[in-house]
Amino acid sequence: MIFDIAPNVAYALAAVFVLLIAATGFAWPQRKKKHELWLRTRTWWVIIALLGLSIALPSWVPIALFGLISFLAFKEFVTLIPTRRADHRVLLWAYLSIPLQYYWVSIGWYGMFIIFIPVYIFLALPLRMVLAGETQGFIKAAGTVHWGLMIAVFSLSHAAYLLALPAANNPIAGGDGLLLYLLLLTEINDVGQYCSGKLLGKHKVIPKVSPNKTVEGLIGGVVITTGVAILAAPYLTPLVWYEAAGIGLVLALAGFAGDVTISAVKRDLKLKDSGTLLPGHGGILDRVDSLTFTAPLFFHAIYFLHY
Amino acid sequence: MSRWLRLLFAILFLRPIAFMMLGLTVKGRENLPKAGPAIVVANHNSHLDALVLLSLMPLGQLDKVRPVAAADYFLKNRVIAWFSLQVLNILPLDRSNAERGVDPLAEGAAALDRGEILIVFPEGSRGSAEVMGKFKGGVARLKERYPDVPVVPVFLQGAGKALPRGEIVLIPVVVDAVVGTPVIWTGNRASYTQAMEDTVRSLGAHLPRVFDDEDEED
Repeated sequence: MIFDIAPNVAYALAAVFVLLIAATGFAWPQRKKKHELWLRTRTWWVIIALLGLSIALPSWVPIALFGLISFLAFKEFVTLIPTRRADHRVLLWAYLSIPLQYYWVSIGWYGMFIIFIPVYIFLALPLRMVLAGETQGFIKAAGTVHWGLMIAVFSLSHAAYLLALPAANNPIAGGDGLLLYLLLLTEINDVGQYCSGKLLGKHKVIPKVSPNKTVEGLIGGVVITTGVAILAAPYLTPLVWYEAAGIGLVLALAGFAGDVTISAVKRDLKLKDSGTLLPGHGGILDRVDSLTFTAPLFFHAIYFLHY
Repeated sequence: MSRWLRLLFAILFLRPIAFMMLGLTVKGRENLPKAGPAIVVANHNSHLDALVLLSLMPLGQLDKVRPVAAADYFLKNRVIAWFSLQVLNILPLDRSNAERGVDPLAEGAAALDRGEILIVFPEGSRGSAEVMGKFKGGVARLKERYPDVPVVPVFLQGAGKALPRGEIVLIPVVVDAVVGTPVIWTGNRASYTQAMEDTVRSLGAHLPRVFDDEDEED
């Protein structure tokens, strides 16, 4: 059978589509006045359709999809940062680490997955840079290229590794359920923070980095995300309610941190968006900013608690 | 035959590469000429530049788009010559024509007479990647002879990072293309060449830096 999807995962996906239809019903009447919102909703359809379809297929498909997302995110990063002319082949090596990292994920080789980029690529990139022989700007170049890989590839690949975890530890929904739970909470948190910030926001958290982020928005996000985490946990995860509450809290804070970190990168480069690939959202990095922080934290929390 | 070849090349190779391996951010796409005769002038960083501009043109116009390229470089061996002429549909320019007393504009003028769209890189060479050099005067001469043909300026950035001169492996980088409105005739050739150069440069002025190290123009 080509489709392998647990009933709970199918119900959760159906719930997401209901939310999306509701959002579309809200955005459609004002598509002229709030064009950005309409574009954003339309792009959500594409993202969710792709993710939903891939989750319903054998696990190598969503793993490959995350590999593609990492590739696009890293490409955006390489485009945005000023690099050194001498580092052409260094960047090639960095790119080649992406299929390898996702290959480790697809065969479930945890030991390699967890050290490949932080150790081996961390050592290989400066080696290749030394071979190129340019020392001017060496430290900055070594740092920025590896940082990009950590954010765009290593961090995001944790979301994909949820699919390689043994299904027996989560009999109700398997790896698909965990991935969906992570994505759902991360995006609910983004939306929750945005909405509560819009409605109640007064006190700015870090005006120098992101002037739109308020304490009220952050708290609203924490409350909503923790609530959804507790409600959805019994259907998608092996988490008990207090574990789910803790994870909801951590993900809300991590999502905020990821969001403002990418904001800081853009601010450093004097950019508003990281790209134009996703109309209404900006670039890929703009969309996965929170996920770069929530994915590894969620992975390690669930790995520690239940695997 | 070559018509289908070019179409296949565009659909199977050019556009997928432009989309996946590079990714294009285009501003002012509506300014691109919809029909010939026209001249598109752009700065030049990489062999990819011509491919990027070709991928921006509508498929229906593909037959009429002619990247102007140096004959001594692109026709020097048979494989590259076949590819350049049949697939890329280049308009070969003999750089020694002027010295030998042959009209260096004859080929370009004939192409405009046929209603084709010329793609010209007036720097004349890729030079150092992502460093813009001086424009040469050929386009101004053509414009003087064909005042009604629009000269559309395009600033390209990023292809020199993806595939700089002397490199054979491409690394994925998003290429920015900023298309401006036609550069109007200034009255004489020297000032027109300068105006084109200034316009192209100004189109890219707001884009962030590509490289961390400044490089001398060679």
